[in-house]
Amino acid sequence: MTVQSEKDRRGADGAPPPPAVEMRGIVKRFPGVLANDRVDFEAAAGEVHALLGENGAGKSTLSNILTGLYRPDAGEIFIDGEPVQFHSPRDALDARIFMVHQHFRLVETFTVAENVVLGDHRGEGRTFRLRHRAIEQRVAELSKRYGLAVDPRARVWQLSLGEQQRVEILKALYREARILILDEPTAVLTPQEADVLFETLREMAVEGRTVVFISHKLHEVKAVADRVTVLRGGRSVATVSAADATLRSLASLMVGRELDSVQPARARTAGELVLELTDVWSDGDRGDSAVRGASLVVHGGEIVAVAGVAGNGQRELAETVAGMRRATRGEILVCGKAIRAGDPRSAIAAGVAYVPEDRLGTGVAPSLSIASNLALKGYRERSSSHGPLLRIGRIRERAVELIQRYSIAAPGPGAPARLLSGGNLQKVVLAREFSGKPRLLIAASPTRGLDVGAIETVHAYLREAAADGVGVLLISEDLDEILLLADRVAVMYEGAIVGETSREEADVEEIGLLMAGGQDPRAD
Amino acid sequence: MRIERRLRQPRWLIVAVPAGSLVFAFFAAGLVLYATGHNALSSYRQIIDAAFLNSGALGQTLTQATPLAFTGLAAAAAFRMRLFNIGAEGQLFMGAITADAAGLYLGGHGWPTALVIFAMVIAGCAGGAAWALIPGALRAFFKTNEIITSLMLNYVAAYVLTYLVFNTESYWRQTKGFNASVFPTSKTLPNDALWPSAMIHVRGGIALPLGAGIAVLVAFLLWFLFTRTRFGFEAQVLGDSPRAAQYAGMRTRRKILAVMGISGAVAGLGGASQVGDFAHMLDADPNGLQKQYYGYTGIVVAALARYNPLAVVVVAFLIGALQNAGNTLQGADFPSGLVGVMQGIILFSALGGELLVRYRVRVGRTMPATEAA
Repeated sequence: MTVQSEKDRRGADGAPPPPAVEMRGIVKRFPGVLANDRVDFEAAAGEVHALLGENGAGKSTLSNILTGLYRPDAGEIFIDGEPVQFHSPRDALDARIFMVHQHFRLVETFTVAENVVLGDHRGEGRTFRLRHRAIEQRVAELSKRYGLAVDPRARVWQLSLGEQQRVEILKALYREARILILDEPTAVLTPQEADVLFETLREMAVEGRTVVFISHKLHEVKAVADRVTVLRGGRSVATVSAADATLRSLASLMVGRELDSVQPARARTAGELVLELTDVWSDGDRGDSAVRGASLVVHGGEIVAVAGVAGNGQRELAETVAGMRRATRGEILVCGKAIRAGDPRSAIAAGVAYVPEDRLGTGVAPSLSIASNLALKGYRERSSSHGPLLRIGRIRERAVELIQRYSIAAPGPGAPARLLSGGNLQKVVLAREFSGKPRLLIAASPTRGLDVGAIETVHAYLREAAADGVGVLLISEDLDEILLLADRVAVMYEGAIVGETSREEADVEEIGLLMAGGQDPRAD
Repeated sequence: MRIERRLRQPRWLIVAVPAGSLVFAFFAAGLVLYATGHNALSSYRQIIDAAFLNSGALGQTLTQATPLAFTGLAAAAAFRMRLFNIGAEGQLFMGAITADAAGLYLGGHGWPTALVIFAMVIAGCAGGAAWALIPGALRAFFKTNEIITSLMLNYVAAYVLTYLVFNTESYWRQTKGFNASVFPTSKTLPNDALWPSAMIHVRGGIALPLGAGIAVLVAFLLWFLFTRTRFGFEAQVLGDSPRAAQYAGMRTRRKILAVMGISGAVAGLGGASQVGDFAHMLDADPNGLQKQYYGYTGIVVAALARYNPLAVVVVAFLIGALQNAGNTLQGADFPSGLVGVMQGIILFSALGGELLVRYRVRVGRTMPATEAA
């Protein structure tokens, strides 16, 4: 099947056909940010084209412009050489441009088939009464042909994130997408699932479709793409062939400098036991058990990472240890003392610091000032209050001091926290948590959504904490990060710790297998 | 034309936008007056005279403004924490009932006036707080929506109020005298239970009711509580992000109960002032106190004051003035609905003006690439 337009005039004259997508001089301004600054981008039919860049480089803005969500302040878009103007996402869909967002746009209570036809205003999607049987059959055919295994009758809430992603791709195929954009599609996948996805994408390209693959992971880009366009600071800095590029050259294009990939050796002294989990169970938000008999120990001065695919109970485990979720069974000992189940204050008092996954929703009160957020836990202490009265001046002084020490880029201590960028917000959380002099630090996806510079800073702080004798429990879905930081790696699957290895013995394939529910090979 | 979020909110805007909204509201209401065949300027002149300048006008304005200040403060205290206590109306009735009982009982037993008044204040607070703690406890322990429960309890409170006066066995009911045999009415407070007022000798004398003074004091106390204490800090965090409050180890349930209790107590105090300052009896007439809708108007007052207790006092005074003018002027040429229309327009433009504090409107067009480069 070829989806490329044949009626193109220049193509008929023997000249090379125009690119499937061409974006020229795209400018998009948001208050205070120039998200796209004269970006040029083009992708041909039949190629997988990667859009590589750090967070905030302008990748999402560019793809939102291509899908009609935003209108550019300046610049032109050509589809097969024809200038187009998208006034709404509908126009882009009509041009058969489709995007798989990082956060899926699916109706959870609908079946897979229903989601696939939802919003389609041709054929099946247009009829008043859905002919479920016919749609399901069509979806089943597509999923078979592209190796996107998913039951068309299943309801979306029953599916794993990987399966949900397949539904999104099926949606695009059902509508005969000519240009498919995927925004960081591997973030929710195991390494094995990612490999399967890459095969599907290659196949789609072979058919003459254009696949735009947005990522900030170099090895993925190298593995799947034909060409790579690198964005940096809102500008397009280069378009290179993936085969000619090296990981190093891509990295330096992306960051604008050579990355320091050598790890400083860290003298490690395993200290006393700071956290001891024995057969801990706790319920998830839906009422079923999310943590099922997890056992783990963390010593002072070491970083223990919990790896796993999102949704296997890691978040719930972190919340349980932090006292935000009630353990239904099992024992949590911090420095030998039991934490009262479901009581965050008792955990804080025992010396547990917690960097939550959901920074803006949990880690800070977004409308309150930075100073208030820095005092969120310490306000009860003598340094910040005098009996029932707050010492406003002291709180402010402390905030100024912490803002300086952690180099938080902020208009001032009185500015509301929600105005901060992700990296600076995380610094606020870290500054507050460290200033509580913790024994145990739980860091749940502490670098998610941060750019490379901020990630390095966060990593440095975590190492520093460990060097100071704090036990660090790192929860992350990013294996690279885990291998970079952790002394020991525990793998969580379906609520239990299914395997544990030291960093020296860690093997990516093996960890990937455990994450996907494969057996621990050493157990055989 | 585009609407953008403002990165910074300049200080002058916070004053300029409400002031501008008010001017706009008077302009828009002027159009309504014009359309209904009135001269807008002379109508405004009449309103100002009736609200502030005529003999005794300011006293009347204070009579309207005092209960609004209490209910406005009650709403502000709860809404600040995003606890939507719509029940100031019922809590005010309950406060009136308990304060009246205290006044009748202690005033009739020869206690000194100061002590009787103090007891009435405490009783009013307790009555309002107890009533507010019903939706408060339901919210804290069962996550019930307090908007609905507190609203429904207003009707219950209104019926309790009516019942206590219409029931022949009731302690509150007046049983002696000719009037009492014609229509059910409540006992009048003994002299020892009447709240004093300070006279200011200008424009024929303005009576400054004790309740108005208490309202100002409460406003300062609430302001202090919310900005300078640990309690206020916790309430602020909880209002902004319940998740963050839990994360920081704050005791959420206690705080919900405490804030609802405070909110109810302030509304109940409004009821006490209603009895002690103005009515001197329990007004159970279905067309009396219950038709004033102080509790609901208080929500409007609080919203206009952006839940700032000190601003509530000022806004209550202005809205009280407007209502007073409406009451005085209503008649053939000044329909009573007109003041309601004006209030509506003021609220509408004030809330609409909020948008301008947070967003800015920009006029521009999409340029071709060549011009931008």
